[in-house]
Amino acid sequence: MSTEKKNVKPKKRHWNKDDTELTLLALPTTIWYFLFCFMPMFGIVIAFKKFKINGGFLKSFLTSEWVGFDNFNFLFSTKDIWMIIKNTLAYNIVFIILGIVVPVTAAIAIGQLHSKKLTKIYQTAMFMPYFLSWVVVTALVWAFLSYDKGLINNMLEFFGMERQQWYMKPEMWPPFLVFMNLWKGVGYGMVVYLATITGIDKSYYEAAGIDGATIWQQIRYITLPLLKTVIILMFIMNVGRIFYSDFGLFYQVPRDSNSLYDVVYTLDVYVYKQLKTSTTGMSAAAAFIQSVAGCITILTANAIVRKVDKESAMI
Amino acid sequence: MSNVKRIQKMNNEELTGFDRFNRVSKPANIVLNLVFIIMALACIIPVLLVVAISFSAEASITEYGYRFIPKIFSLEGYTFLASQSKMIFRALGVSIFVTVVGTALGVLLTTLMGYVLSRPGYKLNGFLTMVVFIPMVFNGGLVSTYYVISQLLGLKNSIWALILPLSVSSFNVVISRTFFKTTVPESLIESAKMDGASQLTIFSRIVLPICKPLLATIGLFLCFSYWNDWYQSMLYIEDARLYSLQALLNAILTNIQMLAKNASTMGLGAAEMLANMPQEAARMAIVVLIVAPIACAYPFFQKYFISGLTLGAVKG
Repeated sequence: MSTEKKNVKPKKRHWNKDDTELTLLALPTTIWYFLFCFMPMFGIVIAFKKFKINGGFLKSFLTSEWVGFDNFNFLFSTKDIWMIIKNTLAYNIVFIILGIVVPVTAAIAIGQLHSKKLTKIYQTAMFMPYFLSWVVVTALVWAFLSYDKGLINNMLEFFGMERQQWYMKPEMWPPFLVFMNLWKGVGYGMVVYLATITGIDKSYYEAAGIDGATIWQQIRYITLPLLKTVIILMFIMNVGRIFYSDFGLFYQVPRDSNSLYDVVYTLDVYVYKQLKTSTTGMSAAAAFIQSVAGCITILTANAIVRKVDKESAMI
Repeated sequence: MSNVKRIQKMNNEELTGFDRFNRVSKPANIVLNLVFIIMALACIIPVLLVVAISFSAEASITEYGYRFIPKIFSLEGYTFLASQSKMIFRALGVSIFVTVVGTALGVLLTTLMGYVLSRPGYKLNGFLTMVVFIPMVFNGGLVSTYYVISQLLGLKNSIWALILPLSVSSFNVVISRTFFKTTVPESLIESAKMDGASQLTIFSRIVLPICKPLLATIGLFLCFSYWNDWYQSMLYIEDARLYSLQALLNAILTNIQMLAKNASTMGLGAAEMLANMPQEAARMAIVVLIVAPIACAYPFFQKYFISGLTLGAVKG
């Protein structure tokens, strides 16, 4: 009877009490999604309007005139936008590559340590920065880089060198931001990959070891291939967000210093600054580009992965 | 006897004979340990420096700059905060309120949706899956989100602007859906249904109690993100009375005068404040106030984070 039931295509079921109850349970969250996710999605069309605050939001929205692509033309007539897009993409490419290579290496290396107790201690210590907010990190960085009191300048002076205005040196910020991004993220990434590595069946390594495979060979032919799925998953998620940047890292850590404008401005910082200085048109256009481009990149990245290896695709 | 002892010893170190043979050499182990010691210290030292600064006398900071071992030890940073207790307690209160209410609300909204999506055969499953899925690939962007929340929903300068926008994330919903699907036996729910239990009863009396690890994981994710949030405050809060600790620190870092301005709105003379403000130490004392609970808590909750991260990596 039951096997027969399984083979038959399920009939169209009528709406029952269960459905009503489940719908009621899902209602609050659905309303939340509507208010905080879907309304902003429709609101994105203000990029095509000359938005002026005029009473409430709905009234201002309806009374603002349509201007077509004016906001975009205006945005791209500025030199800045190309520099900003270039910054966003360049930082993200470096972050994506190092954000995979460093934590994977660290996870494999920490798994080789002889003492499990020390492993736990290192892991806990390196996880710490992940739990700090960028505002806190800004205060930490300030303690090192401040001109008159900072630790680095104190050390420079101690060794007879001159104090430096770190917050006015654009050339040192790209590597420094990359370093800070790694500093905050390596512990987290390492934990993710380590969880996968510890999940690998020990007998693979035993068999390989008995056949005389070196540790390097075991890493190359067992660990890395088995990490592939997680690595690809992290890769797509990050590539999908290539038009987004960590606002705190680029806005807070450099303390919004004017001299660093060229090297720390990313799309998020630009949109925020424009929004706060009330030129809604340009910031709405930039935010629109970010949302649409972000959507396209994540779907493309996923489609490519799906072609190559269906198992690893996210969607 | 000695054999038994040896085996026991081996078990304690969790090393079988083979593991002992199949591992990196002693020198390699030492080198790796050194590398990790450096990396671990690099992660911890900045926090220690800030703690040291917070315990330094203002005069010694002005004279010698920031140091790991204060030239003159002093509690003036903390006594200053205590003297501004009205402002600090207010900010602490906002942080705690937002964290507690936000976490509770977020866990509820997330697990409700996760549970409903985990029910096979539910009529609107496809529709609700899209509702959760679409925001993962597309969003309205900062500008329209800002206008919707501040103007349309009228949350500007409201404490709810700090709570509501962060309470649900599709990532957490997917985690909880996967968890319910894999952990809760279908027969349990079916038999409860047969006993005439409503879905609300099943969810609250049967499903939630057996899914405590999930609640802990999502609760922790939310807890940390609320406690660490400064961005929502920066966007929506101008009223200094609604500043959380993070927002207060942010304001102080952006503008040291802020502390004075802030205090004056609370009935203290700005001039008096500025005159006796141990700026550096007090600033770092606020950092310590923010970091201390996190630093004390996270080593114990790490495993829930790790289980959440690995759950998230499993596609739902």
